[in-house]
Formats: sequence, C-alpha cells, structure tokens
Amino acid sequence: MSPPDDTMARTSAAAEALPVPVETRLFGLPTGIWPRILAPLVIGALVLGLWEFAVRWNDVPPYVLPGPLLVGRTLVADWASLSASLWVTLRITFLALAAAVVIGVALAVLFSQSKWLEMALLPYAIVLQVTPIVAIAPLIIIWANDIDLSLLICAWIVAFFPILSNTILGLSAADHNLVNLFELYGASRWQTLRYLRLPAALPYFLAGLKVSGGLALIGAVVAEFVAGTGGSASGLAYRILEAGYQLKIPRVFAALAMISLSGVAIFLATSLVSHLLLRRWHESAIRREN
Amino acid sequence: MDTVIASSGASGPAPAEAAPLVALRSVSKRFGNGTLAVRDVDLDLAAGEFVSLLGPSGCGKSTLLRMIAGLGAPSAGTIDWPGRDEAGTGQRRELGFVFQDSTLMPWANALANVMLPLTLKKVARSEAQARAAEMLALVGLAGFEKSYPRELSGGMKMRVSIARALVMRPRILLMDEPFAALDEITRHRLNNDLLALWQRERFTAVFVTHSVFESVYLSQRIVVMAARPGRVMADLPVDAPYPRNELFRTSGEYAHLCRIASGKLEEAIGA
Repeated sequence: MSPPDDTMARTSAAAEALPVPVETRLFGLPTGIWPRILAPLVIGALVLGLWEFAVRWNDVPPYVLPGPLLVGRTLVADWASLSASLWVTLRITFLALAAAVVIGVALAVLFSQSKWLEMALLPYAIVLQVTPIVAIAPLIIIWANDIDLSLLICAWIVAFFPILSNTILGLSAADHNLVNLFELYGASRWQTLRYLRLPAALPYFLAGLKVSGGLALIGAVVAEFVAGTGGSASGLAYRILEAGYQLKIPRVFAALAMISLSGVAIFLATSLVSHLLLRRWHESAIRREN
Repeated sequence: MDTVIASSGASGPAPAEAAPLVALRSVSKRFGNGTLAVRDVDLDLAAGEFVSLLGPSGCGKSTLLRMIAGLGAPSAGTIDWPGRDEAGTGQRRELGFVFQDSTLMPWANALANVMLPLTLKKVARSEAQARAAEMLALVGLAGFEKSYPRELSGGMKMRVSIARALVMRPRILLMDEPFAALDEITRHRLNNDLLALWQRERFTAVFVTHSVFESVYLSQRIVVMAARPGRVMADLPVDAPYPRNELFRTSGEYAHLCRIASGKLEEAIGA
C-alpha cells in the first residue's frame, strides 16, 4: 500500500523553510503564563492596599477590623501554633478526600453495573448531600464517639457527592459505537469497564475531584466549628473560635487567610493532576493554535 | 450490461456451486417505536466478494449491516453463516466493523487502538503489539504508532479504524459509510487503498454508501435499497476487472455503469 497523501507529513522541505514560532521563556516559565499569575496578584495587592489605607484613614481599631499588615505580622508571630492547627485540619481534609474518591468511585462503578442498585441507593446519596452538615454534625459526633472520626465523616459527607455524580455520568458517557465495538468483540463486563468505561469517565471524575477538594476543606472546618474541640490537636476552626472569644481579631484573620490559601493550593493541585492526566487526549487540556 | 432486478425471494447472483458466507432470509426489523426499518430482505454474500449496499438515507442499509454484525437481532427472518468452517462461537471474531466515524479511543495511541481486538481476546502483549504495528504499516501509517487520535487527520483516523477492523484477519469486513465525512481527494485515496487491502487479504467486503460513484468504483455487486420500509430493489453486477484505478474512473465503462446504478437508485427513491 502506498504511503498516504492525506497524512500530515511531519516534516517537508517547504515546512522546514518556514520560521517556527519559538516559545519564549521568562524566569523559566513560558511568557504566556505570566499574565495568568500576575493579574490576580495585582488585583490582590490593590485590594489589600485599599484595605490597609481604609483602616488607617478611618482609625478602625484592630479588634473591629485589622489591616492586612497586622494580619501578616500576626501570622508570622503565631506561626508555630497556627501551623500545627493547619496541619490537623489538612490531615482531616485529605483523609476525607481520599475516602470520598475511594467510596465515590466504588459506588459509581457498582451503580454502572446494576441499574437496580443505582435506582435503590442514589436517592439516599442525594439525601445525604442536601442535608445541612451543621445540623447533623452534633449527632455524628455523638454517634461516632471519637472526634477525629466524626470530623472525618462530616468532611467526607460534604466531599463525596460531586465525585459520585460526576463518575456516574462519566461511566455512561462512553461513545455508543465504541460500546457496540466492545460487544462485537465479545468483551466481558470487566474488560468493558477497564478498557472503555473507566478511561471515558476519567475527565468527569477529575472535574468532580476539583470541586470535592474544596468541599472537603469546607466540611472539615465546619465540622470542627460544631465540634469545638480544645487541646493541642485542635484544627484551625477551633483557633478561630478561641481567638474570637479573646477578641484577638488579627489572629482570626490570620487563620482565615491560612484556610483560604489552603483552598487555593488544593484547587491548583487538583487542576495540575487533571492537566497531567488529560493533556495528551482530552479537549479541555489542549491548547489550540489557530 | 446485463442487470438483474431481484424480486422479493430471489437470491443474489452468488456463485451457485459454493455455499454463501452469509445468507439472509426474509429478514425484517421493526424498532421499538413501530418503524419498519427493514422489510423482507433476502441476500447472499459469497466468500471473498465486494458488495455495496446503496440507497437513500433511511433505507435501512446501516440497520441491515448491524444485524449482519450481530448488533441487534432481526425481528423476523434468519441470518445464517453456512460458509463458516466451525459452528457457533467463531462468528464474532471473524468479523471486522468500520463505523462512519472513526470511533477511536481518544485516550489511547494509534497502536493501542489497533491492538484493542487482540487485547480483548487476551492475545499476549508482545504478539499483539507486533501484529498491530504490522497492520498500521499496511494501511500506510508506519511511524504513527505513538500518535494520539487528536493528532491525526480525518483520513488517518479512518485508516487506524480500518487497521483495527482488519487486525484479527476477519473473514468479512463490514463498513458503514466509512468515508462519507472525508473530502473527495482523501476518499479517492482511501478507496484505492481499501481495494488494494481487499485484493491482498481476500476478505468479504460489505460497504454501505449513498454514493453511486463510490459503489461502482469499489464493488463487484451493488445491492440497491429503497426506503420506508427498507427493502432490496435491485442487485446489479459490476463486471469490470480489478485492479481498478484512475483509468477506470475516467472510462466510458465506468460512466455507463454509474448511469445504470443511478437509474436504479432513482427508481428506488421514487418507489
């Protein structure tokens, strides 16, 4: 068979003569990335500057609204105790996220194998999702009889639904003709799952993971608020409550800043994982050159 | 040029001495919504022949092809495989199917896509890789093993799809308007390459199309179908020698055959 003309020739004499657009770099990163990094930083600096100015101009006392400089100084001064609490909260967050991934994906796979199971169980998963976590957290704390475990359960309840519903959608989103093709070759259920449904579900699962990452953090913090545990192993939420009672408002803001930055970091991490897994084939991860 | 109009119940011009590879008898298909997609089709497919199913959209040619593949059973009638060596389980693995869309797995590279039928049959990985690479080379894609579908052009994706369908060395290759979405130049090249593959591998080819020119260029036999309900209107032999090439495409014989097929298609649309 002759070499096809419709193939996109990798190199040809004519193509080699044309100038290739060179990706320029600045401080090790492609120049195109910098606006994405700098734009939010400039906005952040502007808002913080205005905030600092407003606090000083109006002489707002720090126990009402501390300026960002004071919050920053508090963050540095209280780093030892706050970072220990941050670690406690993050540990719950990541354990809850891991449990959400394992149980969410396992349930989705189970549902994809049996429509009866899905019909019977999915409504209860939805009930779990729409129940306000603040309302049931006290009950969970009583039932679990262990603070760490109850915090984990609360954070998991909040985090697992996006992974479950997205993975269910992804598992049924495989190309209909590809499903036919697998049938034609006599593929077993397990083969269809492994070679077709799971890879097809991956982009959906990853979209769910991005949402669940943030929700796990929110769930952990909310559950800690309700639990209000004291002692050395307390999370950031307890530090916020404690500082609030003592009118150490700059410390409240410092803890809040830590939670926000953790949320941003989790989002960036899940986005990076998603990009790395999908960059070769999925539309969402492909940079188009027009 | 002698043409045979198949009346309902008459068998096609398959050689009488050998049993046909596939025999369809009074095959009908009614969908769940009540549509009669195919009515009372009798069709014999001889081993090694190239047959086109030609007809307007909605004439049930794709439905017929899918039933031959075993995707959806007929509502009435039988599809037998008398020309098959061993009875029972062998049927499916002897079959290759090409969809209108290339239907590749976007997360797998060209080699892994072609390997799929072998992977599903649990062929050893090293052997599967070797056979898939050989098949890719045969469709003109040597060197593109590691390319992902999104990095390939439409014609190249269709080549990968054909390689995947042929990697099991099937007795029969079923194609559902495989080149309909491609541009004219690419389609001509793929038509030529498909004929070369057919002559080399000696499989039975069933090619669904709505293009008169494509069906005349490719086939030994054109089965013209009419719509609503889908049924066989005519069974035209195309008595032109292979290999066929651009000379054939520009010959008076080709034009004459196209005129006959076109006439039958007009009748089928009017019917």
